[in-house]
Amino acid sequence: MEDLKEKEVVLDVKNVSISFKTNVGMLNAIRGVNFTLHKGETVAIVGESGSGKSVTVKAVMGIKSSNEKINSGEILYTYEENGEKTTVDLLSFSRKDIQEKYNGKHIAMVFQDPMTALNPLLTIGYQLTEGMMKHLKMDKKAAWARGEELLAEVGIPNPQLTMKSYPHQLSGGMRQRVVIAIAISCNPDILICDEPTTALDVTIQAKILELIQDMQKKRNISVIYITHDLGVVAKVADYVAVMYAGKIVERGTAYEVYFEPRHPYTWGLLLAMPDLNTTEERLYAIPGTPPNLLKKIVGDAFAPRNAFALNIDFEEEPPVFQVSESHEVSSWLEHPNAPRVEMPDALKRRIARMTGAANQKGGAANE
Amino acid sequence: MSEKERNLPLLEVRGLKQYFEIDGKHTVKAVDDVSFTVEKGTTFGLVGESGSGKSTIGRSIIRLYNPTAGEIFLDGKEVSGRMTADKKRYLTTKMQMIFQDPMTSLNPRKKVIDIVAEGLDANHLYKTKKEREEMVYDMLERVGLNHEQANRYPHMFSGGQRQRIGIARAMIMKPELIIADECISALDVSIQAQVVNIMKDLQKEEGLTYVFIAHDLAMVKYISDYIGVIHLGHFVEMGKKEEIFNHPVHPYTRSLLSAIPDPNPLTEPTRKSATYDKNAEGVDYTKGKKNFLTETHMVLATEEELARWNA
Repeated sequence: MEDLKEKEVVLDVKNVSISFKTNVGMLNAIRGVNFTLHKGETVAIVGESGSGKSVTVKAVMGIKSSNEKINSGEILYTYEENGEKTTVDLLSFSRKDIQEKYNGKHIAMVFQDPMTALNPLLTIGYQLTEGMMKHLKMDKKAAWARGEELLAEVGIPNPQLTMKSYPHQLSGGMRQRVVIAIAISCNPDILICDEPTTALDVTIQAKILELIQDMQKKRNISVIYITHDLGVVAKVADYVAVMYAGKIVERGTAYEVYFEPRHPYTWGLLLAMPDLNTTEERLYAIPGTPPNLLKKIVGDAFAPRNAFALNIDFEEEPPVFQVSESHEVSSWLEHPNAPRVEMPDALKRRIARMTGAANQKGGAANE
Repeated sequence: MSEKERNLPLLEVRGLKQYFEIDGKHTVKAVDDVSFTVEKGTTFGLVGESGSGKSTIGRSIIRLYNPTAGEIFLDGKEVSGRMTADKKRYLTTKMQMIFQDPMTSLNPRKKVIDIVAEGLDANHLYKTKKEREEMVYDMLERVGLNHEQANRYPHMFSGGQRQRIGIARAMIMKPELIIADECISALDVSIQAQVVNIMKDLQKEEGLTYVFIAHDLAMVKYISDYIGVIHLGHFVEMGKKEEIFNHPVHPYTRSLLSAIPDPNPLTEPTRKSATYDKNAEGVDYTKGKKNFLTETHMVLATEEELARWNA
């Protein structure tokens, strides 16, 4: 790992907490989220549905629903304009301001479902050039030419024709390529990908991920991925943040989260997904269901589902324990006075197999 | 159960064709001449990309569609062709289906107890109301729900619980064969494991047979004994799961396998997935022959193709 301090921080999310006012009470969707994004790097936020990962990035994009209330926190975005470094708090802007100044131009998003992300009534060309004409002040002709270039860049076989097509004329994978082209059209600093491959076919998923990786490298974009697929995370992420019930319970480099996980929820997530070598009779399933966020959560939100929960887990919320410079865990098990709990054997075996397989590629690691 | 009985195919599909006529001129050949057998107590995984026809096969078998051609035998009895009332009853009791989306497959206006008991009602399988109730409660408990939940409506359940209701509805008929069409794709990872475990338990207890349709190959590998890889309505490769995963021959199978993301941050970032272009490869599925490499491992290819792929 290179030195962390030398990296340029692009986005710093500090203690963000957001609630939604519903007719059955306040729903505390995210309860104090912290993470940093460095230039050119990728952070993946992993979690189940309802864990608050989408709410987090929507706050970055300034997409707020009318019943949303920001309780605390700031999202600091640092960018360079005309050779000057500026830092702004994205949460302090109104939706209109953020749309005018930042969305698309500085921060762009790739949505889950490429069919609903594109307007079915407008041509691809119109939707692709719209942002460039507004943010980069290009004239129509220049934007159109640039649009064709972008389509070619994202691997669309016939850009001229596609520019004049409507979304329904393209396949799902092609539509997602168009969405990516739109997202990168104004050279953003940050690209947010909200489950970019979930709605796509397996065979196309890998291609889209490779495309995003490729674009990221070429343009030195910082990317935030939101996903529940740990395979996707392993492919793209430098840093991983595991979210549960509105909090990040564990965060670290991909290596740390996959091979030295500390939080029982991370263990469960890793074990619940079979990989191609899983032979265990039963999959490890995390018992129970995520908590109802309408209710006030006392102690650790994961405690009721946690086989290793301590008494204190039901009483007091665990603080963040620093395992290494980049690895943070929010679990009482990390407290010096806590009993030592080892990760499940099945997970240990899997990690040994994976690290072994990587070290001696092709070597016969028959266990 | 004797060893011999165990190896009798429970489901036999011969030359199944399912065409859909778009208009007078155009026909979509969703499933084109597909044959396979599934042995009792095993799981047959059907994999392929969307539009490959994997769901159509499942739906044709259970007669949600009317197959264009082909014969289907369930436990030695024909369940294809013209359906008599008898045949239909046999089919609907012995064969059940679990659907992909647990929300849209449950009637939102019905209570769970009525949803689960629907099969019982239709076939008059109980004498008293009490008996019906008990059968439902018993089934709910087996899939990990409690009987207090029987009087609730589907919207009051989470996705994983709803899918369990779907499983209970299928299981209460005591079927021999369950067709599970992408039944875990809509669920969260941690919930997927719960549902898969329930399905595996039930299989062990009841000797159930599954046709498991999915695009998540890691899960298919975990749950299946046999796998059929389908592309554009043809089985391009079929065999035991070890044969498919360890010795894939067909380039389409290889591309599918290489598309599986491996949750290993050491090797995954640099791995590139393989591409398969049927036209560039010059493959015509209608020309291919079924080549049996082993007793169970089948590859659809011409001799020239087989030699090329094996090289």
